[in-house]
Amino acid sequence: MRYLTDRKRAEGRGPSHTGAHHHWSMTLSSAGLAFLVPVWLYIFGKTLGQGREEVLDTFSRPFPAIVTGLVLVIGMRHFAMGATTMIEDYTRGTTRKMAVVFVVSLAWVIGATGIFALLKIAL
Amino acid sequence: MTAQKRVERPLSPFMFGKYYRLQMTSASSLLTRITGHALVAGVLLAVWWLLAAAAGDSHFAVANAVATSWFGDLVFTGSLWAVWYHYLAGLRHLYYDAGKGLDIRTAERLGWICVAGSVVLTVITIVLVQ
Repeated sequence: MRYLTDRKRAEGRGPSHTGAHHHWSMTLSSAGLAFLVPVWLYIFGKTLGQGREEVLDTFSRPFPAIVTGLVLVIGMRHFAMGATTMIEDYTRGTTRKMAVVFVVSLAWVIGATGIFALLKIAL
Repeated sequence: MTAQKRVERPLSPFMFGKYYRLQMTSASSLLTRITGHALVAGVLLAVWWLLAAAAGDSHFAVANAVATSWFGDLVFTGSLWAVWYHYLAGLRHLYYDAGKGLDIRTAERLGWICVAGSVVLTVITIVLVQ
């Protein structure tokens, strides 16, 4: 008698080992960014070129600060996952692992730096 | 246990040049990947600029000078086009995922729409934020 269900035996198989989870995460983050990016482009574009006082004033307001924070977090996750896919396409072995570690770390560092700056300005 | 024969698998993009001719669908897909990754340049400059604004007047003076110089204009204008191209191509991806637009004529037309649309959106954005 087989105690494992068909579903359980299928889990973790396949080339990605995680089913379609990666694809679905990219779909979700892209849908979020589709709303956030145009708004953020406008905020950033309007603020760029102004003096420091105006910049601090803009990013200490709730709406620009929250939009920027979301763009950073979701955008950097989207970048890390997309870059991972690219690396998995074009490299293998140790090179692949080191490159994935590098881009995932880079994404977190950029995200954390941006959030730090935002908190310092907004709070 | 018998020694397994090591399979030499080809690595992408081995098809290009020799076996495969670039066309609108693959070129626009490749451009999606290139623009997505190139955007890291614009993000780095923007985050540095924001960090400098948080840090103080002297830091901001340096970062702002770079961000608003010809170099900053080049990076941000390039990034603006890249983000709009990646944006439209991403929407096309969602459309494809829904099982639509996959016939050759529509797929090629969507590629051209991404290229033309990204230029139009870039110009509109620059005008809006002036």
